[in-house]
Amino acid sequence: MPVQYYIFLSIALFCIGIMGVLMRRNAIIIFMCIELMLNAVNLLLVAFSKMWVDAGRIDAAAAQLFVFFVMVVAAAEVSVGLAIIVMMYRNTHSVDINILSRLKN
Amino acid sequence: MIHLVWLVPFLPLLGFLINGLGRNFLPKSLTGVIGSGTVLAAFVISLLIFPEVRQPGFAPQVISLFDFISVGSLHIPFAFQVDQLSALFLLIITGVGSLIHIYSTSYMHEESSESFARYFAYLNLFVFSMLILVLGANYVMMFIGWEGVGLCSYLLIGFWFKNINYNKAANKAFIMNRIGDLGFLLGIFLLIQQFGSVTFTEVFAKVPAMGEGSGILFAIAMLLFIGAMGKSAQIPLYTWLPDAMAGPTPVSALIHAATMVTAGIYMVARSNVIYSLAPHIQAIVAIVGLVTALLAASIALKQNDIKKVLAYSTVSQLGYMFLALGVGAYTAAVFHVMTHAFFKALLFLGSGSVIHAMGGEQDIRKMGGLKKWMPVTNITFLIGCLAIAGIPGLSGFFSKDEILAHTWGYNKIMYALALIGALMTAFYMFRLYYITFSGKFRGTHEQEHHLHESPVAITLPLIILAILSVIGGYVGMPEVFGTPHLLAEYLAPIFAPSAPYLHAHHLSHELEWGLMGLSTGLVIVMIFIARGKFSKYEDTGAENTGFAKVLENKWYVDELYDAIIVKPLMVLSRFFQDVVERAGIDGLVNGVGTGVKWSSRQIRLLQNGQVGFYIFAMVIGMIVLFVISLFL
Amino acid sequence: MLTVLLILIPLITGLITFGLKGPGAKVFSLLSSLATLAVAAVAWTQFQSSPDSLQFTADWIPQLNSQFKVGLDGLSLMLVLLTTISFPLIFITVFSRSYDRAGSFYGLMLLSQAGLLGVFLAYDALLFYFFWELALIPVYFLCSMWGGERAVPVTFKFFVYTFAGSLLMLVGIIYIYFQTEGSFSWQSFTSLSLSNGEQSWLFWLFFVAFAIKMPVFPFHTWQPDTYEQSPTPVTMVLSGVMVKMGLFGVMRWLVPVLPQGVYMWQEAAIVLSVIGIIYASCIAIMQSDLKKLIAYSSIAHIGLMSAAIFANNEQSLAGVQVQMFNHGINIIGLWIIVEVIEQRLKVKNMGELGGIATYAPRLAILLVIVSLANIALPLTNGFIGEFLMFSGLFQYNPWFAAIAGIAVILAAVYMLRMLQKVLFGEANALTATTTDLKSGEMLAMACIVAVIFVLGVYPKPLLDLAAGIGLQDAVAAVITR
Repeated sequence: MPVQYYIFLSIALFCIGIMGVLMRRNAIIIFMCIELMLNAVNLLLVAFSKMWVDAGRIDAAAAQLFVFFVMVVAAAEVSVGLAIIVMMYRNTHSVDINILSRLKN
Repeated sequence: MIHLVWLVPFLPLLGFLINGLGRNFLPKSLTGVIGSGTVLAAFVISLLIFPEVRQPGFAPQVISLFDFISVGSLHIPFAFQVDQLSALFLLIITGVGSLIHIYSTSYMHEESSESFARYFAYLNLFVFSMLILVLGANYVMMFIGWEGVGLCSYLLIGFWFKNINYNKAANKAFIMNRIGDLGFLLGIFLLIQQFGSVTFTEVFAKVPAMGEGSGILFAIAMLLFIGAMGKSAQIPLYTWLPDAMAGPTPVSALIHAATMVTAGIYMVARSNVIYSLAPHIQAIVAIVGLVTALLAASIALKQNDIKKVLAYSTVSQLGYMFLALGVGAYTAAVFHVMTHAFFKALLFLGSGSVIHAMGGEQDIRKMGGLKKWMPVTNITFLIGCLAIAGIPGLSGFFSKDEILAHTWGYNKIMYALALIGALMTAFYMFRLYYITFSGKFRGTHEQEHHLHESPVAITLPLIILAILSVIGGYVGMPEVFGTPHLLAEYLAPIFAPSAPYLHAHHLSHELEWGLMGLSTGLVIVMIFIARGKFSKYEDTGAENTGFAKVLENKWYVDELYDAIIVKPLMVLSRFFQDVVERAGIDGLVNGVGTGVKWSSRQIRLLQNGQVGFYIFAMVIGMIVLFVISLFL
Repeated sequence: MLTVLLILIPLITGLITFGLKGPGAKVFSLLSSLATLAVAAVAWTQFQSSPDSLQFTADWIPQLNSQFKVGLDGLSLMLVLLTTISFPLIFITVFSRSYDRAGSFYGLMLLSQAGLLGVFLAYDALLFYFFWELALIPVYFLCSMWGGERAVPVTFKFFVYTFAGSLLMLVGIIYIYFQTEGSFSWQSFTSLSLSNGEQSWLFWLFFVAFAIKMPVFPFHTWQPDTYEQSPTPVTMVLSGVMVKMGLFGVMRWLVPVLPQGVYMWQEAAIVLSVIGIIYASCIAIMQSDLKKLIAYSSIAHIGLMSAAIFANNEQSLAGVQVQMFNHGINIIGLWIIVEVIEQRLKVKNMGELGGIATYAPRLAILLVIVSLANIALPLTNGFIGEFLMFSGLFQYNPWFAAIAGIAVILAAVYMLRMLQKVLFGEANALTATTTDLKSGEMLAMACIVAVIFVLGVYPKPLLDLAAGIGLQDAVAAVITR
């Protein structure tokens, strides 16, 4: 399968992620959208890695290491982020991000 | 004796310290003795020095005490120079000074013992400064004394410090003198720049090499003369002197008539080489002197305050001295300094005696007929008036005649003007004399009741000064009498260096007799006119009109200065203060502060607390970075 | 070691003083300042016999190759003497007063003294900068905590103003540091030859920093307000000693390090200074506030010193050094009198004063004497410096001297006006209650008057110091390059 397909898919996923982050007010959905963006990048990394390995550059397989790295970081981030969201829900009984705007003024 | 010359200024300084520090516990009698005694002792030492200096072939002696300023190649020692000129001035200053000190012990006796001591301290400090001025062996020493006498003048004019007007007069005197001092200072700097020295002997040795008409010498001479204008009350810096009459009368006699105001003449006479080599500046000196003499004499015609008349008369006589300097008659100028010191001190002290008897009244319209009560004062005052008017046989005649004769040789028109001035002098002096001493008494009954001759401490100095006013002129008899001009011979070494550059005009004996006769005759006529007009003076209380009013108001010069100098300075200061300082510079500085505040308030609005907006901003930022990296 | 002691004594005693309370603090700080004065006196004697023993070097920040390098030459000795004489005088004057939180007050004063001494002694640019700020920061706290009702905004302005200047200087120091390949020492700074272009812009970095501190027109507007709002002891430190930091900076760091830059811009600097002289004198005439009048008079005097430095010849530099010392002494004398008047009558507007001479003759006489010294009357200490500075300026350009000389007249105008309004005339209900100087104030004033006359008649000791090594180097540097 040509690499272009992966790129288009990745761009689509990334844009969906961005739009989600920008448009939605629900913190959990925003969070999921961030994950979506991360995964779009992961997809791209794997796709390019595969492409170069097929072309004979064996060392390009190392790029897939980054994917694992990103996943680990994302997992750590999820744990922190969800904890924040839980705390936020406890305090405000809502996960609407616009409710928390005390920095203003 | 000459090596002890430092004692001459030191003794009055000692008197100043004792009286100044002990003013709270010294009794008046002791204060007076210390004050007068130190000056008298200085006079005795000066008298002892004088014969040594008089010996023919005496070379100037420099007594160096210590290094005052020494930077690199510039050395200014704290040194005294004894020569014919300074020795003569020593005698005048300490001699007239001690008489006036003695006079003051009686005149100021009504003061509290604290302010009595303060008065003598100031007076002694003045004598000290004046002696430094004339003894200094370089221009900086002269400047030290110069400023010192200015300070004492300030302190003594404002002696009765509770009166704010006296204070204003004191401030005016000091500030006007400072204007002149700036000229003097710049002159000194120019000397340093040109000759690397301010010591008289070194400078005068180098001056002739500059050649006649050198621009540098013109500048030096002019700058020094500006200093002299301030100190010796010449146009345009003369208006402080009449105001200075706010001080006690003996002070007016000592400082503002006999000694301090002649410092300018001393300075020019001391620097005679420089002036002789700068003929244009000499012409300016002569013209300034002549115009001052005429202007002050015209003002004196219409003044009614006894001291103001004498003050303007002093300004006028100083003008004559500068005229003499300007026409190159240095000896005549110094001669007139000497005779003027005698008769003007006499006149001031006489007026002090009158004021004392009148209980502080100074307006001559409220006096009259005083000769009945005050015979000694009357006679001595009359002698003073005759001397200043230039009646033959009295000291003023000889010195004034010498000046007039030299002026004739210099320029005939200037001679005519100077003669008119001399006639005015005779007129206003006898107007003063007749209004004050003859006619009938016009004061209050209480004043009349208190009228009395002054005590001996006052009359004794008057008598001594009167004698000096009569005989003082015989040291400088004109050539036509066939007797030697003692003073000219004595001062010859001082003025010898300028002799080659002066164009002497020898008048024939007939001409000289003629001029003498002319001036004497006219002066006597003026005296009789004054006598006719004022010997039976009645105070009508009528206001002066027309030109007389202009004269009474001193040609409105004070008002003119106020309008062209004081007011603009105030406006400028206010402009600086309100516009430049507050609105301009400080506005700019504070503007930076408010600018920062304002812009941070604007930028702060970006932090609106909406997470969505932050994310949006982040995405926009990423896109912008992306675009930049893609296309640039 | 003696030199280090000069900095260490006030530094350590200052820190200790923070812990002391009430009268203990002032006695302790007075003793400390006297000890520093004694050390300075010893240093002076040693300076005449073996000047080399007064240099000291130790590691300070080895990572930056910055050393704790201090030393004394004629210039710094003169200012060290001024500093060490001023502080005891100030402490004696205010000895009868009690301040809130006295421990902190006197502690900060001593810290600032340590900073000042450090500035005058440092031979390492980074150390110099460190002490420069050390001197400034305590003054900021002193002014804002013990000052008048507008003290906080005024001192904030003062702080930001001078700090901005300091940062410019820091930029300059760092730039030169890189050019010397990693040395902050004065020797390596001065032996460096920078290109004309570099010197030209570096000059302004340093000049602005020093000009703000002096202050020179048009960087002076922080000063009158700060002087007016500060507690008087702090004003004495500021005007007597701290403004000399700027002048010292020019002489120690600007002229030797950037001789070419100075050569290029000296005319501009002199013009600014001369404008400042006349400008400040004119404004001083208009002041009705006693403290502001003295502040503007000080700006005029400092302007003359700055002009004389940049005129850069033997006479003017000797004059500046002498005048730095004498101006410090005189202005402290003026402030002492003002402090007394303000303390007794709670008034500093001259319109409400008058007639004090009748009720406080000693105060009146002393005020007259210091005022006369301030207008440079001969035989007072003010004359020598002004004479030499004017003379030097005249050698540089007669017109500058003539214009600046107008200030001689204006100074008489505003000082005499001040004397008249404060001392003379009839007393009013308020001034009739004036009591004369008390023992402590009298002692301080007696010392000052003694200095005024002794140095006025016999200025040789000061002139000898002024002819020390600092001056020669500075002049030689400009002449040879």
